[in-house]
Formats: sequence, structure tokens, C-alpha cells
Amino acid sequence: MAALLQHPCYEEERLRRVADKLPCREVQAGTLLSVMGGPEQHSFPSIFIYGHRASGKSHVIHMLLRELELPHATVSCVECVSVALLFEQVLLSLFGCDAASLLPRSPSLSDFVRIYRQQCSHSPAVQTRYIVMEKAELLRDMDANLLPALLRLQELVQDNVTVILLSEIVWDKFRPNTGCFEPLQLHFPDYSKGELQQILAQDSHPSYSAELYSSYINILLGVFYSVCRDLRELRHLAALNFSKFCEPLEEGKVKESDTHKLWRNIEPHLKKAMQTVYLREVSSVQWEQLQQMEEKDTGAVRGLSAHAHVELPYYSKFLLIAAYLASYNPARTDKRFFVKHHGKVRKTNFLKKHEKTSNHLLGPKPFPLDRLLAIFYSVVDSRVAPTASIFSQISSLVTLQLLAQVGHDDQIDAPKYKCAVSLDFIRAISRTVNFDIVKYLYDFL
Amino acid sequence: MSTSSVSKGCFVFKPSAKKKKRTLDVGDYFIDGCEGSGNSELRFKLCQSLWDKMKTETEVLQDELNRKILDRLLEFAGRPSSTFQHGADDWAARMRASEIPTAALVLGVNVPDHDMTFQSLSDLLRQSVTPHVASVQAKECGALKHLMQRVLERLMGTVVSAEHASTQLHNKRVHCSLGTLCDWYKSKTKVGGKDTANQPQPPVVIIFKDLEAFNPRVLQDFILICSRYVEHLPLMFIFGIATSPSTIQHILPHSVSSLLCIELFQSLSCTQHLSTVIDKLILTPQFPFKLSGKVLQVLVGIFLYHDFSVRNFIKGLQLSLLEHFHSQPLSVLCCRKKEALANVLQLSHQDLESVRQLPSFRRYVERQEPQEQVNLLTDDTHIKGVCQKLIKGLRKYHKNFYPILRCLHTLTSSLPKYPLGKQIRELYILCLEKNVWENEEYQSAMQLLRMLARDELVASLQTCAEILKPVKAKKMRNVLDQLEDLLAKFKQLDKITSPEKGLQKKTDLFQLQKTLLEMKESRRSKKMSPFEILRNEAVDFIDSLVRCYLAPPESQPLNEVCYYSSSAVVRRHLNATPRTSIQTALSNPYHYLQNDTLRSEDGTVSNAAPDICIVHKLHLECGRLINLYDWLEVSCSKAVSELEFLGFIKSTKQKTDHVARLTWGGC
Repeated sequence: MAALLQHPCYEEERLRRVADKLPCREVQAGTLLSVMGGPEQHSFPSIFIYGHRASGKSHVIHMLLRELELPHATVSCVECVSVALLFEQVLLSLFGCDAASLLPRSPSLSDFVRIYRQQCSHSPAVQTRYIVMEKAELLRDMDANLLPALLRLQELVQDNVTVILLSEIVWDKFRPNTGCFEPLQLHFPDYSKGELQQILAQDSHPSYSAELYSSYINILLGVFYSVCRDLRELRHLAALNFSKFCEPLEEGKVKESDTHKLWRNIEPHLKKAMQTVYLREVSSVQWEQLQQMEEKDTGAVRGLSAHAHVELPYYSKFLLIAAYLASYNPARTDKRFFVKHHGKVRKTNFLKKHEKTSNHLLGPKPFPLDRLLAIFYSVVDSRVAPTASIFSQISSLVTLQLLAQVGHDDQIDAPKYKCAVSLDFIRAISRTVNFDIVKYLYDFL
Repeated sequence: MSTSSVSKGCFVFKPSAKKKKRTLDVGDYFIDGCEGSGNSELRFKLCQSLWDKMKTETEVLQDELNRKILDRLLEFAGRPSSTFQHGADDWAARMRASEIPTAALVLGVNVPDHDMTFQSLSDLLRQSVTPHVASVQAKECGALKHLMQRVLERLMGTVVSAEHASTQLHNKRVHCSLGTLCDWYKSKTKVGGKDTANQPQPPVVIIFKDLEAFNPRVLQDFILICSRYVEHLPLMFIFGIATSPSTIQHILPHSVSSLLCIELFQSLSCTQHLSTVIDKLILTPQFPFKLSGKVLQVLVGIFLYHDFSVRNFIKGLQLSLLEHFHSQPLSVLCCRKKEALANVLQLSHQDLESVRQLPSFRRYVERQEPQEQVNLLTDDTHIKGVCQKLIKGLRKYHKNFYPILRCLHTLTSSLPKYPLGKQIRELYILCLEKNVWENEEYQSAMQLLRMLARDELVASLQTCAEILKPVKAKKMRNVLDQLEDLLAKFKQLDKITSPEKGLQKKTDLFQLQKTLLEMKESRRSKKMSPFEILRNEAVDFIDSLVRCYLAPPESQPLNEVCYYSSSAVVRRHLNATPRTSIQTALSNPYHYLQNDTLRSEDGTVSNAAPDICIVHKLHLECGRLINLYDWLEVSCSKAVSELEFLGFIKSTKQKTDHVARLTWGGC
């Protein structure tokens, strides 16, 4: 396989060492290496690498740059809260901290280019310099000129520099309206099941045989492959559950060769892990503690979503119910639901076909404050004075994210809201105050 | 001030040095406008010392209540973080993804109370686990930049600007990035001890006080950044959650939440918290200040219906305390026994007159002999003696009241359908309002008690005995003795009845039928078993206790000294109605301005009233559309725009020179 990773400028031994560390990514590494060329050769100005999470993008790049000892700067765009940080990190790792300190306060792109060129004239590039941008999709949210400039940085600074962008999304979503230099695109496909097996089996436990670990990984993938292909996550799950897998071996009940018995032992356990620890319902520390406990006690720890119940003050409950009704009922039906002597409403007129059953599918609709209060006063069973605390409860419901304010916060004149809770939630709330909400919902009439 | 000048203009008056205004402190505000100003300073002092005592009591209480969850949290924070501390040789640790330990702390929707919990949490963390604690609030972290800045500021104790900042010392830029924090942490831990490899390093704790309010995007990015540094920096998060833990899953996608190792911590529910506060502050003879049933109902109502906030409840209690001492001249007697007795001797003639005016005292006088009545109403020294006696009586009443109340509650709180309420505060409010034994619910509760099974009854009676044991009052000692006698009798019943248990031996159908018939017979003839007799005796005993000790406070002479009863004032202050206030201000300006020229008959507005009041009055008489042209003859346009600002009218394009009315009614 090492044949794929070949380049006349590097020793073969060295390339083989790199290739060993990049299992199942030889093709991509080979392409990348041929694009990059030898260390002294000029390279393509910008390369765009995309692929899903944990498909080895950063790993391949870093292995190549580090093992082949090429000058490079790595920046994670999520960390760069301002462009200043980005520029500084690049200059710092390429030219040292003196260069970075030359940057003025809140530098512009041209400051960066100026200093880069200045430094470059002192120490011209012998080898191609690489700037690696992780999570490059965040570059789109920064200054509009940043991304196009980075793509043709080579031209701007007149230096042998290559910018490598790593992202999880395709290039089509990056292309600015004004057009820009097209980078060289390289796709990292997802690992196949076989490849995952191969990679995961590499880190076997020192005290057990590699075959045993490989068969364990096989069982693990059998359970998890349908829901998760993230290498990092799979490795984490493998580590969490391996001790349970080995339990019968430790106790001497089963031999290593008896894979069927081992499978029977671990399979239900892994299925449970899929519903709990994989979804982070239970933390990995708690999961490990659970494994040490007896089977009977495992019911004690409940997942995060088991605690869905929220206690609210009495009027807040009714305000939430009123908000739900206002969000999911058409405004013209309010008269029918909340006015005692609403007169005869003709049924054909009242039940419009296209409106029926669609409200819950369409999601909550915004409603003005007046309507909320009107419904509130008619659903709450006692007379309520319009006190300040009623109004403050509305805003606390907004901060609790049970209601959502539509439009901007500074619209104090006639604010509009949406109800942000689910039907199950509101039914649970209305049950506690003996309010039959389904009777008041247009969709369920 | 006036000048001798005849011309109009501006004149400068320099303040004379002597008349330098003394800044008013709290006491001056209290004394100013106080009812019966003779002893107002003393009252202020009493009020303050009493409040201080109550405050320390609540603080102790708070600590105790939070202790359990705080201890668990401290234990969690002190636990060596699995990804950071393990050596590289540990296979599992190397294989596991590096997760940030995170505590999801569910605190309930009473957001105002959380501050106190977080304060004590971070204090405790600083004391016992780590000096590096930073807490952030959503409102100060609108963008990632700001969040980063706050965290770094609070951890490093210096100010770093979001863009650039240079500390002169190192002549090096300090950036708002976690890299900076990492370096800082390394330098900190190195200074502490050289041998850091073996020592567990103190974690860096970041507390997010209100998780729901955070911008999800900001939080996600922050966690992503933090996870990059988790190998170098033992980070730890605490999420303060008001609603339910599932909000974490709403805010964070799986790709981010998989970076966290979330453990759940559920705090005490706020209703339990309130019960404890009521138990320790109100249901105790320790504090002489008491709330009447109505006031307590208002405060509990605000809690249950509006905010669930214990802090606001305590604030309400403070307000009533202040109002009581402010408005009641006789509140000088609302203090410890010794002081109260001394203060009685200091009462002025005027004060004694107001004692004579008290309804409870008048009722007391009416019950006395004619000669005594005359003495009470005329002789000041005599009334002082009687007052001392009555104050002592009031104290004794309280000492007996609360233990018996608790006993009654233990007996009735397990009855089906809770005839006297599930919580002790409900029963307390019942007792405060009128003679509890005249309630229908009380009667039915007693009937249910007469049907209680033996083990239940004995268990409740035993709890009652436990309640009475620490009480030192003489009468309560007697009650305890009687109760223990009863319990002993129940025990003896065991010995008598045990040999009679022939029934279990052999039960064929015939035998069973026979015994059932016999039982039916015996019931008809009302021949009661010894247990039933004893049970009735016990219930009668309880009933007599209730009638003796649970009389409402209004029956006690001088109760006005201790009980604060203006529920309307409390309600007005705590549960304001802005709309009603505006209406009052506009229709009856005298109510707020207190200017005699504004005094007017019902429904009319005096000529001297502000323009807006007149315009408001006019607008009430108009239809849906108001012709401004007519109005402008009456009044200036400023008032019209003020009215528009208050939301009574709005401009309309339907007709020129017209505005639309936004309130109900009219023609």
C-alpha cells in the first residue's frame, strides 16, 4: 500500500512511516502529497478538504506536515473570536512572536499582508509554508474579504505559501457572490465498515490478544454501525464497554476462543449503551459506575430526558396554556372557544378543511400580547387582577425559553410571542391544573 | 428664597455653611412620618435587631438546605477528572474521548433565589476545592468574544480587552484566548508546588448561572474551544438550569454534548424550601413578630401563584415587619419578654390611651368586674401592671400554640383527602382566622380520626410525643405526660388482646360466617372493643387540647402588639397593579398629589387638576373616535400626547384631526 505514498523528493523510509500512521487514508494522502510536491517546489495556492466529522482530515494533514517537517501554522477558526487572533496565530507560528507583536490594534487584512510581506523579505520561504484552517466554514461569518483573500494569499504576499481549508461542508456553500479564486477540492469519504474495523482493531488492549479485541470491535460495530460512524465516538464506546466484555474471561467462565458466549454476554449490554451513554443520557463516568454495580440497581440512575417535568407557579401555567392555545388556534376561532354566548357558528364555515389538522404540523404561530392576555383571563378560573407580576411572568417564561419573543426585544409597543413547548409538555402542565386542553385545540375538534 | 431685586432673572444662592444637609440614613426615613413619634427611635432599633435575628436565621436555614446538594457538588468538583489526571499508560483513559466534566444543576424556576445558591457554591468551591472559579451570566455574554473575556477576567483577576490588551509587565500582548489561560494556569500551578505530577491539580470551574438564557451558538462554540484544551487545562462546567435537564439536549447538538460528561444534580423543590422557612420563621415562639392569617395568605399566594421565589417571600416578611413597627405605636412591646416588660413601664399616657383603644383590650375590659373596669380605664399605673400580665399571657399562649398546632397537623395530615390541608401552613391559616373547632372540616377530620387503624394512630401519637418532648412550657409537660399515659394504655392493650386471637387458628367458612355475624351483632349493640374505647379517649383528648390551646390570636388581649394585619398594604406594595394606579392617578389626582385644591367629589375633576387628568376625563366621555379639534379649545396638545404615550388613545388615519380611543366603555 505504501506504493501510493511516493514522491521523489522524500525518502521512501520516511514516507512508509507516515503511511503506517494513516490507515485507510493512503489514497487521499497520496493525492495531497502529489499536489504539495517537494518541500522547495511551489504549491497550489489553496486546497479545500471536506468530509464528515472524524474522517481523518486534520489527522492526515498534521501527520504529513509534522512527519515531513514542513513549516506550517494551524488555526482553529472557532477559536478566533476576532480576525486579530487569526492573524496573530498565523504570524506567531510562521515567524515567531516578534512578528506577531508588530500587528496594530484591531488589524485589517492589509495590515496582515503588509507585515507578512515585511517578514517574508527578511526570511524568504525556502520550503512551502502551509496555513491550515480548521472548521473553515466559520470564515464565512467573518469579514467578507477574508475568505477570498486567504484563497489567493500566495499572490498577495508573493511567497511560497499554501492555505489549506478543512471543513465538514461542501465548497458550493462557501462560494461568495462576488466570485473568488477556486481552491483545489479534495473529498475525504466516510470510512466503510471494514475500514472502521481495521482502524479500531489497531488499538488493542495490552493484556489481551489482538484477535480478541478485533472480535470485540466486530460485535461493537454490529450494534453501533447503524447509528454511529464517528470514529472518535466509536473508540470512546469501545473503551467504555471493554471491561464488561472481558468480565467472563476474568472470572474464568469463558475461554477467549468462545466468541459466541462472549457475544451473548455483551450484546444486550451494548444495546443498552446505545440508548443511554451514546445519547449522553447518562454520563460516561456514571456508566462505568453502573457497570460495577449489580444488575438490579441499574434502574436507579435515570437519563437526562427522564426529568422533563417542570414546576411552575399557578398563573405561569395558565399563561403558558393561553400561549399554546394562541399559537396553535387560528385567531378567528377564539370567539367560538372563549366567548360563552358566541351565537351559532355555522359548522361548514367554522371548520375550514385546509386549516384542519395542519396547525400542529406547521408549528407555532406568533400572536400579540393582547390576545395572550385575553385568552388567559378567559381560561383562568378565578378573577385575576392585571398586576405587574403577571406581566413579569411573561418575560420570565421568555427567559426560560418556554415562550419565544418574535421580532426584536426592543419592540415594547405590541410584542409578539410564540409558544415553544410541545403538546406533551402542555398536556402535562394542564393536567396539574385540571384543564382539558385538548377540548380547546382546533386541531383536535 | 427671595431677592431684593425687582427685575426678573437668574440669581445664584450659595448655600450657607451652617445649613449643610445631613444625609438621611435608614433610621431617619423610618422615623419620618412614623405613627406616634414618641418612641419611634426605640421602635426602629427593635425592628432592626429583630430583623437581623430573622435574617441570620434564614441564612443558616439556607445553608442547611443547600448543604446536601452543595456537598455532592463539591465532591464532584474534587473528583480527579478522568481525562486529565490519568497517566498516559492507562489504556482505557487513553482510548476514551476527552470529555469535560459537567454538573447539570437543576434549581427550579425561582430564578431570583439562585443567586444565593451560586454565591455559596462558589465560596465553598474556593474554600475547599480550587481557587479558580468563574461564574458567568447570559446577559453579559451576548457574543463568544464577551463570554471569553468574562471567563478570563474572572479567573485571572485582571482586565483583558476583547480586541487587544497589553500588560506592561511582560511587554507581551495578552489575548482573550484559552491559550492565554492555559499559560496562566501552568504558571500558577508551577509556583504552588514543584512536584505537580503526583499532586492532583485544582480544576478550573466555570459556572453558567442561567443556561436557558445563553445564546446556543455562543455556548456551543465555547464548549468546542474548551474541548481543544482539555488535555492541558482541567476544566469543569456547572450549568444552572431552571426548567428541566432536557434543555441541554435542546441547546446543544449531539456533536457538542458528546464533548461533555454530564452529571445531574437536583436541588430541593422551592415549595419544600418555603415550608422550611415558614416552619423556622413563623411557626415558632422564638420571634415575637407575627403575621395575621390574611397577610400570610397574601404572601403565600404571591409565592404559589406568581413567582415561587423564597427570597421574595422573605422580602415580603421583612416589609410586613417594617410596616408593623412603622405604623403601630405599641410595637415597642413586640420584643423579648424582659425588654417588653421594661418597655411597658416606659409607656406614656398617650400610648396607654391607645392600648385602651385596642379592640382586643376593650373586649378584655368588658369581661372584668365593674370596679376593675374603672381602674383599667382611669388608673395608668394599674393598667401598666395588667399590661405586663397580658404580655406574659401572650407569650405563654404562643409557647403552647405551636406545639399543639404541630400535633394536630401530624394527626390530620395523613387523613384521606386532607380535610385540614396537606401543609401545616394551611392549618395554621385556618387556626388564625377563627376557632378551628367550629370548622366543618375539623369535625370531619375528628370523625376520620375516630376510624383510624391502630398502628397508624399509635404512630401519629408517638410523633406528637416527640414534638412535645423538647418543649419546656409547664402545661406542655403535663400534656406530654397525659399523652404518654395514653400510649402506655395502647401498649397494655396488646397484652390483653393477644390471647383472644383464636380466629386465625382455623378458618372454615362456617366459622368465619359465625364470627362475622357476631361482630355485626356487637356493632349494632354498640358494644365497643377496648381499643375503640381507648381510641375515642385519645381523640377526645386531642380535641380538648385543640379547644384549649388553638384559639385564634384575636381572642388574646393585646394581640395587636405582635400581629401585623394590613394585608391590603402588603398586597399593594408587593403585587402592584400599574393599570389601576394610572387610572387612580388620572381620575383622582388627590390620591397621589395630596394637594387640598385637588379634592373633589366622586366622578368630577377639579379645575386645578393637571391637564392630563382633564383630558382623560374628557376622553372617557367620548366615543371611539375623538375629535381633537374640539379638544384643542379646552387644553393643550401636550396632554394629548401624554395620553397617547400612556396608551389610552392612538392616532388614526380614518378621519382628519381625530384620534382613536383604546379603552373600553364610552358611548
